[in-house]
Amino acid sequence: MKFGVLINEGPYQHQASDTAYKFIEAAIEEGHEIFRVFFYHDGVNNGTRLATPPQDDRHIPNRWTELAEKHEIDLVLCVAAAQRRGMVDEDEMKRNSKDANNIAGKFRISGLGQLIEAGIQADRMITFGD
Amino acid sequence: MEDQELESGIVKKFIYVNRKAPHGTIYAHEALEVVLIAAAFEQDVSLAFIDDGVYQLKKGQNTDGIATKNFTKTFGALEMYDVEKLYVEKESLEERGLSEDDLSVDVEVLASSELKKLFNESEVFFNF
Repeated sequence: MKFGVLINEGPYQHQASDTAYKFIEAAIEEGHEIFRVFFYHDGVNNGTRLATPPQDDRHIPNRWTELAEKHEIDLVLCVAAAQRRGMVDEDEMKRNSKDANNIAGKFRISGLGQLIEAGIQADRMITFGD
Repeated sequence: MEDQELESGIVKKFIYVNRKAPHGTIYAHEALEVVLIAAAFEQDVSLAFIDDGVYQLKKGQNTDGIATKNFTKTFGALEMYDVEKLYVEKESLEERGLSEDDLSVDVEVLASSELKKLFNESEVFFNF
């Protein structure tokens, strides 16, 4: 089955991102496909490369990047939600004249259309959040 | 690419279920932004309002005192986006002492059991 995944909560504050990660790991292991993971609301904060969690804790943004590299998963941060919360890639940095960017390796920033497309193309759309 | 997506030729039954109060958190506001973007994709779209989500449609909201944008005015423009199927759960209204007259837009009030049927018939379920 082809899954689309929506994550609506930020890392550490909420378990949504952890549960989604575990779900995706298990789904892939069972031979399912992940069409896209879309991060919305505070979920966009999962894509920061500037997080420094304690060494004995999981590194959520790095863990997403590693999973995406291993299985070629499309990780998309919503551009409108990202702009509000200061999640920036190189293009956004230039476009909005910012002095830095902070997006982690395998994440990309794109529009809400990518979420709707996931809903259309995937067999099941699953939301993780409150 | 955007054109390609818009012309996928697939039409699915989308339902957006709004469960949260309009102010206090950003969920309701950002959920409406999803609906507006989604309108361009020419899908079969329904909106449902349950629990505190029914407050999103309450008439005469004024957010001046909390210095946020009163996004709830946008519900009145949904018709222009061809988003015309709005459902409100009867029980949620009653529990909050509200009636259809308190709402800012035309809706269909459905009992919980009828909404359940609508949910079951939907293919893409977004829950905000």
